[in-house]
Amino acid sequence: MGANGTAGDAAIVMRGVTKIFGPDPEAALKLMRAGRSKAEVQAETGHVVGLDNVSLDIARGQIYVVMGLSGSGKSTLIRHVNRLIDPTAGEIVVNGEKVLDMTMAQLRDFRRTRIAMVFQKFGLLPHRSVIDNVAYGLEVRGMGRAARLEKAAHWIEVVGLSGYEKSRPRQLSGGQQQRVGLARALAMDTDILLMDEAFSALDPLIRSGMQEQLLDLQSSLNKTILFITHDFDEALKIGNRIAVLKDGAVQQVGKPEEIVLNPGNAHIEEFVRDVNKARAIHVRTVMEEGAFEPCELTVPADARCEDVLPHFASHEWVGVVDGEGRQIGRVRARQVIKALARYVPSNGPSNGQG
Amino acid sequence: MFPELIDTRPLRRAVDDGLNWVVRNWGGELEAAAYPLLMLLNWIERLLIATPWWLFIAFFVGLSWLATRGWRLPLVVFLSLIFLGLMQLWRDAMVTTALMIAATLTAIVVSIPVGVWMSRSWRVRQIVTPVLDLMQTLPSFVYLIPAVMIFGPGKIPALLATIVYASPPLVRLTDLGLRNVDPAVMEASRAFGTSPSQRLFGVQIPLALPTILAGINQTTMMALAMVVIASMIGAGGLGYQVLQGIGRLEVSRGLFAGLGIVVLAIVFDRITQAYGRRIQERIGVGEVR
Repeated sequence: MGANGTAGDAAIVMRGVTKIFGPDPEAALKLMRAGRSKAEVQAETGHVVGLDNVSLDIARGQIYVVMGLSGSGKSTLIRHVNRLIDPTAGEIVVNGEKVLDMTMAQLRDFRRTRIAMVFQKFGLLPHRSVIDNVAYGLEVRGMGRAARLEKAAHWIEVVGLSGYEKSRPRQLSGGQQQRVGLARALAMDTDILLMDEAFSALDPLIRSGMQEQLLDLQSSLNKTILFITHDFDEALKIGNRIAVLKDGAVQQVGKPEEIVLNPGNAHIEEFVRDVNKARAIHVRTVMEEGAFEPCELTVPADARCEDVLPHFASHEWVGVVDGEGRQIGRVRARQVIKALARYVPSNGPSNGQG
Repeated sequence: MFPELIDTRPLRRAVDDGLNWVVRNWGGELEAAAYPLLMLLNWIERLLIATPWWLFIAFFVGLSWLATRGWRLPLVVFLSLIFLGLMQLWRDAMVTTALMIAATLTAIVVSIPVGVWMSRSWRVRQIVTPVLDLMQTLPSFVYLIPAVMIFGPGKIPALLATIVYASPPLVRLTDLGLRNVDPAVMEASRAFGTSPSQRLFGVQIPLALPTILAGINQTTMMALAMVVIASMIGAGGLGYQVLQGIGRLEVSRGLFAGLGIVVLAIVFDRITQAYGRRIQERIGVGEVR
């Protein structure tokens, strides 16, 4: 959390955002500021602390995943970005604009033009057809019927739902409904996309397909995506950066492999233990850097360990090449195995569980 | 006996004098204010009576076919309306239908906005709910008599009494329907920057429509239930036939007119319900979660 990003280079900045639910949040906030713990505040006043002094810097063009179990405050957090929930304290800056200073009219304009959202429960309008659902945001914005339907048709095609334009949401499967939700958000053509457990309600296979579709879209769209999930595997698969949330407080922020290789505390380590590390760790973080004799087989630098594993069946060394095809290092099975072996915390002497 | 702790006579006299004062000083103005309602009722009545019976039957049979796309409801409607004609109740049935439609239309215009207001404010609901309870439980004669004193016997007090009695379910069901709209859909709508009126007309009312239609159905039924009482103060129609039947001890007259009211109730109940179901199916409320 230490990065001192200025508002200029980050798409979303949250500073000291605290949210307390209850009839008199200010009083509870005072108690918190006076040094009481969340549990004490809850026991004394009946107020629930949703977010506790959360600060995040979300850089432009990345998929930023906030990961946490249910009740960790992650859905509360994402709703602060477009101010579906007002914080008790703190500051939120999106694209250099202070969201909390906006009037209702400015906030509506902000939601109509600069930010879009995908929901866990889809939130589709059941009385409208698929195409009218996708065009909904544009309609709210005031775009004419012909223009918005044309745009909607385009995004329906992009998410692979051509032919379903006239269907009602309830006639579609869960995965198809969420594609409608995704198309509705993408049709807004905003730089920022909020995804609140967007894939959590879907079957594993469909979820996996949607994740790949999102990554595929992102490679051409380059949006800033704030993605909420409770699934660590999902976080590792799609996140450029991950923040782990527990009890409303940020536990650790880092690249996926940083978190896998160096979990910040016992809570995060529990996630890491069950995770597919071969997917989380990039080859370049474990390779031997330097100019070696060219290897027969090479993989790109952003390949993950799971991509390189099959090659070890036939080759001892696999080369790693950069974007221009130059070999920047090499890797062999032993290095990969070492990285994938169960992580034993080296810094915490008492943490020998497992 | 409960001891007489206070003397209620001055209080009663004050209420009676107050009403008399209103009748003397405001009678004309109140009558003028209610005049548009009378116009509406008379216009509907004239229209229905001027409509040839076969056109009326064709219209409602067609309407019921559109609502169900089957032959069963149109057949029921057809037989019911033919019964009214055969029993020489047609004209009275038209008068009663006109009263019911006028009361229902007025109730819709008043109740739906009140229901919307109620659904948005806890305080308004706290105030309106007991008023609705009062409207539904207070014996109608209690407010009929002052109404007759102010407007004179005739259609206006009959219409007002019917409206008072028939509106509450529509207010309640509008409020309920709007509040029961899936919060996930409402939140999504908010996230796209909708204004409160865009949410009301674009999301809440369409999704609450089945419940609102159930309220309209209830209102039509309760309006029909009032026709006998309304006829006592000069509304005419089937209720008046029932009243005459009782007065002259002509059981047959009362029975046939009473059956006529039942038949009208069946026709309007089934048609409005069928439309409610149709909309519900289209929206698929409850399936999309």
